[in-house]
Amino acid sequence: MSIEPKEYQAPVWHEPVIHQMGAAGRRGVLFNRVEKEVEAAVEPAESLIPDGVRRRSRPALPELSEPEVLYHYLRLSQQTLGMMGISLFGTCTMKYNPAVNEAIAWRPEITEVHPLQHEDTLQGTLEIVHRMDLILREVSGMDQFVFQAGGGAEAAYVNCAVTRGYHAARGELEQRDEIITTIQTHPSSAATAAAAGFKVVTLMLDENGYPSLDALKAAVSNRTAGLMVNNPDDMGVYNPEMKEWVRIVHEAGGLAFHDSANFNGIIGKLRPREIGFDACMFMLHKTFGAPKSGVGGPAVGAYGCSAELAPFLPSPLVAFDGSRYHLDYDRPQSIGKIREFWGNVPVVVKAYAWSLAMGAEGMAQVSDLSVLANNYMEKGLLAIRGVTRSHPEATSPRLEMTRYSLQTLKEETGVDIHDVQNRMTDFGIDAPWTSHEPWLIPEPFTPEAGEMWGREALDSWIAVLKKVSDEAYSNPEHVKAAPHRQAVHRLKPGATDDPATRAMTWRAHQRKTAR
Amino acid sequence: MGENTAHPYMANSVPTIQREMLDAIGADSIDQLFSQIPADHRTERPIDLPPALSESALSRHLIGILAKNRTVEQNLNFLGAGSWQHHVPAACDEVVRRNEWLTSVFGEPSSDHGRNQAWFEFCSQLAELVDLDMVGLPVRSWGTAAGYALRMASRLTGRNEVAVVRAIDPERLSVIRNYCEPVEMANHIGVRLVDYDPATGLMNLDDLRAAVGDQTAAVYFETPSYLGVIENQGAAIAEIAHAAGAELIVGVDPISLGVLAAPADYGADIVVGTIQPLGVHLNTGGGVGGFIATRDDERYAHQYPTLLISIAETIEPGEYGFGLSLFEQTSYGLRDKGNDWTGHSVYMWAIAAATYMALMGPRGFEDIGGVILQRAHHAARQLAEIEGVRVIFPSGFFKEFVVNFDGTGRDVGEINESLREQGIFGGKDLSREFPELGASALYCVTEIHTLNDIERLVEALRKAIA
Repeated sequence: MSIEPKEYQAPVWHEPVIHQMGAAGRRGVLFNRVEKEVEAAVEPAESLIPDGVRRRSRPALPELSEPEVLYHYLRLSQQTLGMMGISLFGTCTMKYNPAVNEAIAWRPEITEVHPLQHEDTLQGTLEIVHRMDLILREVSGMDQFVFQAGGGAEAAYVNCAVTRGYHAARGELEQRDEIITTIQTHPSSAATAAAAGFKVVTLMLDENGYPSLDALKAAVSNRTAGLMVNNPDDMGVYNPEMKEWVRIVHEAGGLAFHDSANFNGIIGKLRPREIGFDACMFMLHKTFGAPKSGVGGPAVGAYGCSAELAPFLPSPLVAFDGSRYHLDYDRPQSIGKIREFWGNVPVVVKAYAWSLAMGAEGMAQVSDLSVLANNYMEKGLLAIRGVTRSHPEATSPRLEMTRYSLQTLKEETGVDIHDVQNRMTDFGIDAPWTSHEPWLIPEPFTPEAGEMWGREALDSWIAVLKKVSDEAYSNPEHVKAAPHRQAVHRLKPGATDDPATRAMTWRAHQRKTAR
Repeated sequence: MGENTAHPYMANSVPTIQREMLDAIGADSIDQLFSQIPADHRTERPIDLPPALSESALSRHLIGILAKNRTVEQNLNFLGAGSWQHHVPAACDEVVRRNEWLTSVFGEPSSDHGRNQAWFEFCSQLAELVDLDMVGLPVRSWGTAAGYALRMASRLTGRNEVAVVRAIDPERLSVIRNYCEPVEMANHIGVRLVDYDPATGLMNLDDLRAAVGDQTAAVYFETPSYLGVIENQGAAIAEIAHAAGAELIVGVDPISLGVLAAPADYGADIVVGTIQPLGVHLNTGGGVGGFIATRDDERYAHQYPTLLISIAETIEPGEYGFGLSLFEQTSYGLRDKGNDWTGHSVYMWAIAAATYMALMGPRGFEDIGGVILQRAHHAARQLAEIEGVRVIFPSGFFKEFVVNFDGTGRDVGEINESLREQGIFGGKDLSREFPELGASALYCVTEIHTLNDIERLVEALRKAIA
């Protein structure tokens, strides 16, 4: 592992904002005029619009030819490092998006299908959705999955809505107005619970890296609607008392939801239902091979639950009667809709394809290799000057992630995690993830190796951090001024938040800079 | 594929590599690394799935199943109702399939500069269509956007009721009701439905006045409405809402905004809508996406639950980049104390829509709006000439219109079945959603429908009701 990192150079296109491009009169796409017969039969378009609601002035959009538009966006894509280098972005499970899956998802049998078509014309898609449901049931132990949620946070929101439905049906919703979560569970659990109207009780960690059983016991009561918790958490720490947690919550009359965001480290090793959870959520765009799609989707938070909760799931569900697939809307206790239609079908298809390409052994190997890679990296990373690990007294091996701190580096050199992130990108390494807010560990970073990257990539990542650490101790100003080899330099601190300069649109920017 | 054969997706699936990695960390076995997990948490029985497929077998399997679908390429489609068939320029697909951003996550503004710029250009171009200075990164659907906007209004006004037009997609209304929370919750937002005029499909202003009061946080209507009608009383509705101290939220289909006035021009405070028509395929419903836009003032800026992206100077004079703005107020920043919640959305579709809007330009939107208006009206009039067939709101619509079959003695299901046998997907059946409209269906005609398509529909319908 004697790798000498080489710097990378991002394309520098000096690409203007699209509003600065083009010339009046250019066109990027044309539409045939209506046929002569239509022209003769109906009034001019403007006469078909009621008075008072006609557009008076054209929108100030750029005017460009087709190739100008195409190459502008291709140049912008080239200025996106993403996974082109090495991305070990923690909690996001950076995974290969198989080319065959992408190709299948763009076939017209998926892209050119309307969700309201008659079921007879949707049998292929419904079959895939149902088969994916069965795979996830087998993996999780749950009894029914639904794919309506467009991401993990939305699946957490589904859980909150199902929790409301379940307690409302028992006449206990007014009384059960609290959701318990932990500080190391993804912010979306706490946030969706609050948005769904619950009071949120957040348990803090003890020295083992997870909250104590006593803290949970003190939190539960007859007001407890449910528990929303991940396990393992974003530091790779597994709470071994989780069966007892679920038992306590159940005893108090609450529901237990497993946010399976970090399932990549345990897939094939345990089933949330066998731990006792009533529901869980898989991110098909992380654990099951579909891409993140530019940070944020289209994605799918596949929400699964016990038979007892299934009546409350959003509608429709895909059902199979042995010969034909149906969209079942006849579900009187359903919470209704979380999002229009029945989910991001292309993402479900990609996840199904990934599952078939892996098989049970492949899936088990995913968690094996992810955990092996994380522990392999830990050995290399902890040998780097200025790097420490969270909860040093919790010595058993972490699962698919480890939370590290650069506090020592910062104290000794003045270089902070943000400087290091930027400098690492100069070597073609996607900036490592720090931690969710609030930072419990100072100057945190959290690589997640996953199963895709080879040992050489892991070694390169370690070697780059080592190089940056060496630079921090020898030439800290160089690191603090990073990046040096990207499309643009670092943003001026505070400029995106200052009301005088922040501008979410070009027209706002024009207005603010014209002053 | 034999035992110990490496998997193509996993570089370290070669056994000797694993052995060397274990040796490097001083562990005997991989299983040892799972020592945190108690034995009684482990699976009671191994996962049981069919054997893994090679790429060629997988491809064949998937294509075999998908062949059971029928597409809108093989059939003539008149379904809209929340997922609309428009032409998607090939350049949009070419751009959106780029692996660079397809597989990206949150890099730094400098290292993921291109993606951030594309997002900013999505917001900036949509801002021109809606004539507003602030647009958030997209949310997961129009209904999601409406739900968030109603909650924004509730927080802004401290009120707990909203007046919502009844001529709304029942799916979207169901999403909204979930956002407004059940009645048992302390912060429940009451939804008062405002009737539409049975003659015109427009909002009944008397009913609106009766519904709006000192507890009204917002009035919400859509244009074109779910039933296709262009709401032309926007200014009057704004006056009623504002007089009561309520926010006016308007939902739009932005593809209409080359020819229709932007809602902000008649008083909308928050504008929401769909982005699917802007360069995104139907995707079996997986093409939906929504947006939220407002004026750029502090009052609204601090209520966005979405991610926001701002242009900003870099430390190099004269150079600009793009970074997240007001991140701290989101649920990523403040957990349960943030503005509702954010998470995965449809940010790839923002890039598709940015490409689409750039290709279209002002004249493209003007042209497409005109073509749609003329084709849709021609179709409606041709259908209305069939005996027993009536168009319920025969004027003042955009691309969708309600076709009633009461005079034919047939229900919509029967008619659509006959159309399907003739290779046509008829309009969405409204008879259960809006029983007062009788045996009616919502037809969608866009720029993709030619005169020939309309004539084919007319002929097929004549057969269907014969």
